Amino acid sequence: HEDLRSSMFPDLVGMHYSWWGGVQMGPPDPILGVTEAFKRDTNPKKMNLGVGAYRDDQGKPFVLSCVRKAEALIAAKQLDKEYLPIGGLGEFTKACAQLALGADNEVLKSGRSITVQTISGTGSLRIGANFLSRFHGGPRDVYLPKPSWGNHTPIFRDAGMQLKAYRYYDPSTCGFDFKGALDDISKIPEQSVILLHACAHNPTGVDPKPEQWKEIADLVKKRNLLVFFDMAYQGFASGDIDRDAWSVRYFIEQGHNIVLSQSFAKNMGLYGERVGGFTVVCNDADEAKRVESQLKILIRPIYSNPPMNGARIATTILNTPDLRSLWLEEVHGMANRIIKMREQLVAGLKKEGSTHNWQHVIDQIGMFCFTGLKPEQVERLTKEFSVYMTKDGRISMAGVSSGNVGYLAHGIHAVTK
Amino acid sequence: MSIFSDVPQAPPVAVFKLTADFREDSHPQKVNLGVGAYRTDDSQPWVLPVVKKVERLIVEDDSLNHEYLPILGLPEFRSASSKVALGDDSPAIKENRVGGVQALGGTGALRIGAEFLRRWYNGTNNTATPVYVSAPTWENHNAVFADAGFKDIRPYHYWDAAKRGLDLAGLLDDLEKAPEHSIFVLHACAHNPTGTDPTQEEWKKIAEIMKRRKLFVFFDSAYQGFASGSLEKDAWAIRFFVSEGFELFVAQSFSKNFGLYNERVGNLTVVAQDNENLTRILSQMEKIVRTTWSNPPSQGARIVSKTLNCPELFAEWKGNVKTMADRVLLMRDQLKSKLQALGTPGTWDHITQQIGMFSFTGLNPKQVEYMIKEKHVYLMASGRINMCGLTTKNIDYVAQSIHEAVTKVQ
Repeated sequence: HEDLRSSMFPDLVGMHYSWWGGVQMGPPDPILGVTEAFKRDTNPKKMNLGVGAYRDDQGKPFVLSCVRKAEALIAAKQLDKEYLPIGGLGEFTKACAQLALGADNEVLKSGRSITVQTISGTGSLRIGANFLSRFHGGPRDVYLPKPSWGNHTPIFRDAGMQLKAYRYYDPSTCGFDFKGALDDISKIPEQSVILLHACAHNPTGVDPKPEQWKEIADLVKKRNLLVFFDMAYQGFASGDIDRDAWSVRYFIEQGHNIVLSQSFAKNMGLYGERVGGFTVVCNDADEAKRVESQLKILIRPIYSNPPMNGARIATTILNTPDLRSLWLEEVHGMANRIIKMREQLVAGLKKEGSTHNWQHVIDQIGMFCFTGLKPEQVERLTKEFSVYMTKDGRISMAGVSSGNVGYLAHGIHAVTK
Repeated sequence: MSIFSDVPQAPPVAVFKLTADFREDSHPQKVNLGVGAYRTDDSQPWVLPVVKKVERLIVEDDSLNHEYLPILGLPEFRSASSKVALGDDSPAIKENRVGGVQALGGTGALRIGAEFLRRWYNGTNNTATPVYVSAPTWENHNAVFADAGFKDIRPYHYWDAAKRGLDLAGLLDDLEKAPEHSIFVLHACAHNPTGTDPTQEEWKKIAEIMKRRKLFVFFDSAYQGFASGSLEKDAWAIRFFVSEGFELFVAQSFSKNFGLYNERVGNLTVVAQDNENLTRILSQMEKIVRTTWSNPPSQGARIVSKTLNCPELFAEWKGNVKTMADRVLLMRDQLKSKLQALGTPGTWDHITQQIGMFSFTGLNPKQVEYMIKEKHVYLMASGRINMCGLTTKNIDYVAQSIHEAVTKVQ
């Protein structure tokens, strides 16, 4: 179209038309679009069950006490603002790896892994995707569970990988399609990448049980697949950090050299500080050093080195005993409130007279609940009750409080009876 | 057999390796003239007084939380940043055709801009569009554009080693010969690593050719205020190009002029032809940001935003910036005087003619090696020194070391 322009306007020297005439309007982000619509709604009873950010029982953002305490400690230290190394704050990456793997993990003792600080979970996934794209000798395909977090696909695609899927969610049970998953995984070509949600699957809240994880680990090993764990909710799912990391640790124990993305957005409430880690478990320390050097080469032309503030807060919490205990308590508290809301929602639905089986609301875990609502029902829920959620029927339990759970039950019953 | 057994060891990034080596050196008179970070006359990092003040305000503000910023960043930060670059009374801003993308430092701003250009400039996904970077340039420019997908990254003439100044003729010739629509990365001021900037008359010549040949202007502005001590003066080239009607990008960094190195504060200013174009551009920027870091870190943006948007704090900040710029100017002056007093062979006018944090001394690799190994004065193999590494306490030793290197090593 440049040629067309020059022939139509031969005297123009480039300043009378724009370079960007061909730039299409990008589609609005589906999840953030929900919040936009919510903001415009004037109904006093409106509920935002879209974005996955934790809210307290008053519906307010929650800054953890351990975070405030850590910030005060840090402020008192009067630290400088010098660049961090490309791979991030050393104390942070060490604590981050220990949190995921367990402090006494053989992998950490032998030095056969590398952890770099990343821009929260997204940044971690992207670095991982870029690393695989550049160095993974196997197929370009990354297998995601069906469904998965919406941003997984464009992240891997932009990194040059291709996306495929394995069955995961069973809409008929609102639970795990274990047979379907095993069946699909058994057919994945060797050396392909398989992405697993470590806990609190987003968007369904459906996690495999330990015995199921074991079979998956076994099958994945048989198929010789590269495992990419996404752990964005450690501690947030069950309330117990070790329990939530069980799947990651089990796979490593079984000999999988995994790659792992971690986020501290939810479990420390550090959303906007962008705190995360990317870990590669290698065969030995030498390999880990080589991998580290290449990760730095990838990171440098994206953002040079990561931001300090959030990493400092996270490190202070993890490495200061009473702050760490306080954090574990608060994470437990957040997870518990979610679990309570799940129970209250189901109780509320029963009270409304719903005859549907809502057990999945309690069985699912973590921030999100795949209600099983169909798009038309979601639309009604939004239009008639001002309850905002994504079209797939996903609700963020964090947006539910004791003050509005009754109203939510009422609305859901109304559109499903 | 590991999937990663074939991963080769990558070379370390030179400038960080230099600092690592410096740290290990136990020589009592060692001097680090490597990494580009400001140092006080006591060789200490300097957290700007205004930054300390604003950080206290932020910590004490219980109404603030750690929620996600919007994908494009903190709105008050973006608008204030673009304003700092383009000027308070910028017609482009008044015409509502200027937008910002908060990014992780100047690097992040460059990368987002590069990713956008690769996708949407000169056709769609046109990885063949030539990208020109100055010879020499900041060592990361190449990788930023290469990793964004551009296949053809070329140098444009810039540094004339013989005359130790700008190779204007070579530069202008490259502009004339570049394929139409090529992208040119221009340093807005305080060229890294040479410290050599075009004069206003020279900028005008550059602009004339770029307009005529439809070349894309991508400014890298990492030192606004830091170079001359004046925000306006250091932004002259950017503002001139905007006034000439260019649609352009400016990758801004607040690492140096706010001393916020590790908080990763940057902004990609987009100057579009009109608001309609701007809107579409920003919508696509969001998509790029979403798969890179989702949304940017809030701490640094809050500090800069509070400062730029409050008149008293803004004035205090300008004072802090001038303090840094003035110390650098003083060191330039003293280094030149001392070399001249020592009778060190060669001319040393370039030390005071060059501007900003860096100076291309003209030392060759052998002389640099001598400086490092024999004198424990650490500088880049290119002969680049960070003026901030100089202090009233070490400047005599450094001048003496340069003198020795130049006289003993050819």
